[in-house]
This record gives sequence, structure tokens and C-alpha cells, in this order.
Amino acid sequence: MQLYESVVIARQDISVTQAEALADDLSKILEDNGAKVLKRENWGLRGLAYRIKKNRKGHYLLFNIEGEPNAISDYERRMRIMEQVLRYLTIRVEEHNEDDSIIISNRGKTSSQADSNNAESEIKQNTEKHEENKDVSKADLSPPKGENQ
Amino acid sequence: MNQRQKQFIKRKKSCPFSSPNSPKIDYKDVRLLQRYISEKGKIIPSRITAVSAKKQRELTIAIKRARYLALLPYVVNE
Repeated sequence: MQLYESVVIARQDISVTQAEALADDLSKILEDNGAKVLKRENWGLRGLAYRIKKNRKGHYLLFNIEGEPNAISDYERRMRIMEQVLRYLTIRVEEHNEDDSIIISNRGKTSSQADSNNAESEIKQNTEKHEENKDVSKADLSPPKGENQ
Repeated sequence: MNQRQKQFIKRKKSCPFSSPNSPKIDYKDVRLLQRYISEKGKIIPSRITAVSAKKQRELTIAIKRARYLALLPYVVNE
């Protein structure tokens, strides 16, 4: 038995209930092949970073799976046939993370204002750090120039 | 040591992923990965971000997975 993590992107024009139904179908396919779905997440309708088959948004579903490789290959074959599925990515992992994945926990933060301020300051700090790094790289380059002057 | 030389002292950089309480590299953590791509969407070389070679390899895989899932862009055109 191997552990897998799978993310599925469904088309934007299906409803939330249809997305849930799709998730039900997919977990049924897995269970019929003797695999267990340990955790299921629905990240909801998210904007895509680029267009996929003219879709700008997509429903993201995440599955934590425990099962044999042949169950995964059947599950992927069935997804290639489904029209609602834009894309899927299944990877083998050493261990599953039991908590909510980062996407869900981040979404909780941005909804409350106090935390979003924190996030902003965090981002600022990071950009500062980044600039600092740039300075360092410049500093590394500039000494030869100084000698020429 | 004069003022000029002081300016060019190399500051010690350390890898942001190698300490025991540093964040785990995960393709789903868009906010973390975004710091390691340029405005154009390219992966920033480790000599600038000070990520260790081992972690840079992990990071590269994570960024490419995130790109495939449209969590990160392949290119940013302005």
C-alpha cells in the first residue's frame, strides 16, 4: 500500500454541488479499486494562474489516498475521459499531513482583517529581505569597479 | 578598515529552509513559493536567495508542480 496525494481541477461552469458530486464519484472509483480515501478537501472555486481550455477559474479538489498503484492508474484513466476534469496531479508521498492543507488555512487568515494585516507585514518583511539579498549581490559585484576608479 | 571597505563586507547568508523550525517546501504553499519566483515568473537562482542546493532542488520541483496546477504562472506578461 502506498500513500498518494492527488489534486484535481474541475471546470469553472459546474456548480459547487456538482463539484462535490464529482468528488464523490472519484472517491467511489478509488474505493471500488480497493483504495482508501483518507482525507478529502474542496478548495472551492479558485482563479487559475493562466487559462486552461478557456477556463479562468476552476474547482480544486484534494484527496489523500492509500492504495495500490493499479487503483491510481484506473482513477487517472477515468479522469482523462471525464469532461469536467481539466487537470489532475497525483504524487506519491512519504506521509500524509493530517491537518488542513495550507491553501485552506491561508484562506481562513485572509478573511479576518487583523490577520490579513499580519500577512501584509509578513510580505513586506520578505520583500525587504529580498532587497537586502539584492544589495548583497550588488556589493559582491561592485568592488572591482571601485578599484578602477 | 575604512568606510569603503566596510561597505563591501560579505554578510553571511543562511538557507531559509535548512534550520529545524523552517517551513516545509510544499507545492500547495503558494505564498511561500511566490517569494522564490521573479516578477516574470522565473525561479530565482539560489545564489541570490541563499537556498541550499538540496533545498533548491526541492523548491524547483514544488514550483513546477504549482505551475502545472495553475497555482503559479509559467510567465507573467505585462
